[in-house]
Amino acid sequence: MTTLVKLDHVTRRFGDITALDDVSLEIDSGRIVGLLGPNGAGKTTLLSLVQGLRRASSGTVELFGGSPADARTRRHLGCTPQETALPPTLRVGEVIDFVGAHFDNAVPREELAAEFGISELLKRQTGALSGGQKRRLSVALAFVGRPRLVLLDEPTTGLDVDGRRALWAAVHRQQDAGATVVVTSHYLEEIEALAERVIVIGQGRVLVDDDLSAVLDQVGLRLLRLTTPTPDRVRALTGVVDSRPEHDGSFTFFVQDADVAVAELVRSGIQFSGLTVRGATLEEAFLTLIADSPKQNDAAGVSPRGI
Amino acid sequence: MALALTHTKYSLLETMRVPIAVIGSVAFPAFALLLFVVPQRAVADNAEYATQAVISLSVFAVLSNSLFSFGLNISEAREKPWDPYLRTLPVTGMARVLGYIFSIGLIGIASLIPVVVIGGLLTEANAPLWRVLAGVLALAVASIPFMLIGISIGFSMSSKAAIAVVQVVMFGFAFAGGLFLPPMLFAPWLNTLSTFFPSRQARELVIWVVQGGELAPWVWLGILGWTVVMLVLTLFLFRRDEGRRFH
Repeated sequence: MTTLVKLDHVTRRFGDITALDDVSLEIDSGRIVGLLGPNGAGKTTLLSLVQGLRRASSGTVELFGGSPADARTRRHLGCTPQETALPPTLRVGEVIDFVGAHFDNAVPREELAAEFGISELLKRQTGALSGGQKRRLSVALAFVGRPRLVLLDEPTTGLDVDGRRALWAAVHRQQDAGATVVVTSHYLEEIEALAERVIVIGQGRVLVDDDLSAVLDQVGLRLLRLTTPTPDRVRALTGVVDSRPEHDGSFTFFVQDADVAVAELVRSGIQFSGLTVRGATLEEAFLTLIADSPKQNDAAGVSPRGI
Repeated sequence: MALALTHTKYSLLETMRVPIAVIGSVAFPAFALLLFVVPQRAVADNAEYATQAVISLSVFAVLSNSLFSFGLNISEAREKPWDPYLRTLPVTGMARVLGYIFSIGLIGIASLIPVVVIGGLLTEANAPLWRVLAGVLALAVASIPFMLIGISIGFSMSSKAAIAVVQVVMFGFAFAGGLFLPPMLFAPWLNTLSTFFPSRQARELVIWVVQGGELAPWVWLGILGWTVVMLVLTLFLFRRDEGRRFH
């Protein structure tokens, strides 16, 4: 296991906005890392520092022990363009060859295309591809240079279920072949399907950094949903972490221990009806984590639950 | 260096897939020659003046191609997400800048062909073939400052701002450099001012190569000076660049 990326007290500001706030972390070879956080949390800023696109305002970023701003350092780094970025007049095969020309030992275009299921598209101009086909090409480009580290920013946005599964399978195969993958996503399912280690970022800070299972345990919140005329009294009960109103007039309460909370609820004599209990998804759990800082309360409260 | 050629190839490939973009920069100087020089028989029938007019418009062709192609291509590219992706690849800033220079330089040379052909056929402009080829070479050298100015514009502003700035710089340089009106019609103070512009220096260098005569030291000193200063500025802007900035 070697250290691929090392951030040491990294802060990045844009004018008055602090996108990353004193972040220190290391990414080692071997495990797929999931980078999770709401929009504006600092995920993309963090990736852009590792890619050498931006410089840290303070602190140091190391990639393979060198500076990401040095082109030679990036020989073993693979990244994805956004799917809207592909030059529309170039053909798929040309784009693969163009990117591959930057690496010493590039994967031949036919082999790469077969791996990512775009073999029949090699002669098409990228402007003629569907959104899903562009996505697959974009992700494939990250692997053309046989990289040691791959940064996938939202790899399956806009893909249907089959396309997503196929891409995840390809990413797993690449990981087995020796690439270390860092994936950011809005899709919780994606993080759960791919990641072995999860880093949750909110407001420019690392909130959680642990194994997927440990994170799931740590944020193993339960959700009580019920209708009550006095939600404030429920919120005041011990063990209630957070709450949010639902569309039908009921409320959802995030609790540490559902059994204790229900017992408390009954003992307190609060009126309620329609009680349901379920586990929190990882997204709901991390939104609660972020909500601990007051500025994000609103954002977390209105955040859509659908993923 | 191999990567610079790779970038040249794919940049040309992209441009060639939209041929109308090339035709614009190739056709404009040729039209200027047809409309403003060919009908003026006083100029067109005088071998020396006609040759200088053809040279002036050749310099203008290269000037406008350099400023537009570099200024607009680069500022547009910086607003598209493909450019930040290319910056994550293991390629140096120098190789990418060279790639731009080669691809746009080739189109610039292509834009000279109609000017030289029209000038040769429809005016009294003439020069031995080897001097014409030497002139093209001199023009390539003299156009380096234009390219670097275009690159600096591209890296320092958004594409909307770049369009305006490129136009102002292009017409300002063209006029001040004696590309539209010959410098012999300039007032002495304007003539002195003109010698500081790279467009004037380029014009004089090419005229010297094609027609012979004396080469004033300010011509090559000026080209050298502009090249060094603009190269430093270009590399600084490239390193500083982090894609489009929002405030």
